[in-house]
Amino acid sequence: MATTAPTVPSGGAGNPPLRRPGASLRNFVRNGGLVMWLGRGGAVVPLLMLFFVLITLILQAIPAIRFAGWHIFTGKTWNFGAQYGTPVTSDGVTHLAGEEFGALPEILGTLATSAIALIIAVPVSIGAALAIVERLPRRAASIIGGFIELLAGIPSVIIGLWGALTFGPFIAHHISPAIIKIIPNWPGLGFFHGDPGNGQGLLTSGLILAIMVIPIVASTARDLIRGVPLLPREGAIALGMSDSQAARKVTLPWVGAGLVGAAVLGLGRALGETIAVAMVCGVALGTLPTNLYAAMITIAANIVQNLDTAITDRMDVSAFAELALILMVITLAANVIARLLVRRVSGTALPVGRGL
Amino acid sequence: MTTRQSASAQSSLPDDWTRVPTGRKIGNAVFWILCGIALLIIVGPAIWLAGGVIVRAIPNFQWSVLTTNTTSGDAGGLKQAILGTLMITVGVLIVGGTISVLTGLYLAEFAVGRHRSILRGGYEVLSGIPSIVLGLVGYLTLVIGLHWGFGLLPAVLVLSVVTIPYITKATETSLLGVPSSYREGAEALGISPGWTLRKIVLKAALPGMITGMLVAIAISVGETAPLLYTAGWTDLNPTLQLTHQPVAFLTYAIFNFWDAGTTSGLILSYDAALILLVFVLLIIILGRVIVAISRRYAE
Repeated sequence: MATTAPTVPSGGAGNPPLRRPGASLRNFVRNGGLVMWLGRGGAVVPLLMLFFVLITLILQAIPAIRFAGWHIFTGKTWNFGAQYGTPVTSDGVTHLAGEEFGALPEILGTLATSAIALIIAVPVSIGAALAIVERLPRRAASIIGGFIELLAGIPSVIIGLWGALTFGPFIAHHISPAIIKIIPNWPGLGFFHGDPGNGQGLLTSGLILAIMVIPIVASTARDLIRGVPLLPREGAIALGMSDSQAARKVTLPWVGAGLVGAAVLGLGRALGETIAVAMVCGVALGTLPTNLYAAMITIAANIVQNLDTAITDRMDVSAFAELALILMVITLAANVIARLLVRRVSGTALPVGRGL
Repeated sequence: MTTRQSASAQSSLPDDWTRVPTGRKIGNAVFWILCGIALLIIVGPAIWLAGGVIVRAIPNFQWSVLTTNTTSGDAGGLKQAILGTLMITVGVLIVGGTISVLTGLYLAEFAVGRHRSILRGGYEVLSGIPSIVLGLVGYLTLVIGLHWGFGLLPAVLVLSVVTIPYITKATETSLLGVPSSYREGAEALGISPGWTLRKIVLKAALPGMITGMLVAIAISVGETAPLLYTAGWTDLNPTLQLTHQPVAFLTYAIFNFWDAGTTSGLILSYDAALILLVFVLLIIILGRVIVAISRRYAE
């Protein structure tokens, strides 16, 4: 915009343009050329960072990929190997004795917690967004918006602290026993039965993630629903729909793709969430949870909890790079899909999109 | 609720044609009650969370924790952690803030077409990378690869990458929101484009940019995952030494002390949580005040 305006003053009819010494540099600054070039330098940084992260992870992961192969997607055992033993060589790869990287439990754990989070967060967020836009007066909607901002702004480590010491025990003492009581003891539903545990596990992690995903989905849904024009809704009501029918059959389909995008945006957040899950998942490395309440682990939680055990061995570190690569690919896929669907993501002031 | 029928009944219709069937009334009520419950499910945890942490933290909170030195273990205070967090935040504002403002400026004012959508896609995709992945990459390349060790610089760089998408987005949005009549007016008065940008456009976009900075502050204060393996932990005062000198930070105290098994550790982590929570609340309030003020001046 406005970069081409010639501002060299012409010296009147027929005369050459007036030029003062040093005028070209001055004009360069005046016309915004300096800012433009600085900006161009700044604008490529995010792109460079993206490639830098990707290339670093791929390079670092190569030893682990060569060592573990597809086993990382199918194996259930994660073993850092004998850290102080002599390295052994198998299939041409030197590694620690007993080292094994099977990430199936973590990958499934990541997907399962995110699924629980979305199953709860999406309907709740859409319902609440409808209530905010169509039922609440402006002042009340603004107050609720404040709560959503608060929920989005609370650092995840504090949510983890609350989840581990307040919410988890509450789940273990009240919610889990209730679920066990309500769901009939039929074959096939065994996953819902078992020891309610101490509140560190799959269910608590999923619920905590739901709380962290809700601000993103709810604020995006609210902004989308606010953008629905009034006329189609009025038309629906004039044709005899009740306003709940109008909400379900006109308003929601109107922003359907955007709502899917909001949900996938939340999914991206849930997949990558680290600290809060690391504090409430129970950190059970290398086992698949046998019921809804059992301790488990996610990819991100494994990285953050166990990287310091691994840093003495190159192969272990490499395995973590591969884990990070897997996590990044899953998350990026979710995010790209979401952005294509939402197009215009909500412009709220606080970090909706990241719970810090 | 469903009372928007025409007032004048026509004679050919039955007398009670405006009566809404009870089934529909109930269905309508049930739907909105469910929506109300959904609203409660959002508000409830927010209150429970903030309130729960505050209620548990207040009884054991002592002001001396702010000034007592941090120890390597979980006894002592949080002085170095608070200073370290502040230092990291300032660093992020300098590094991340500069890059993001330039990026946002370029994207909003200069870039066009394909060029712009690629660059914009870059930072949007960057915002989708989990912060633990960025932390791991920072650890592998800066701390290990460049032999910097734990320190201020790796922490600031990694956190800057985490915050860049948010400040950039805020800057770009607020610049695009400046009415084009401002620019046209300036051009009509013969003001050079560079001057217009500096004195008119940037001034109008300032509130939005400051809000973006507030988001960056909130993130740098509250992030844990990218810092654990870049900043480290120490009981020394933070210095201006950029590398080989670990920096203490507040979230570490919460993450590592709560399950240390000691009462002092638990109290310390709740203290840190309380400090963070108050800080985040202040940022949210400040953000709302800025938005309100700028809205008033815009009219």
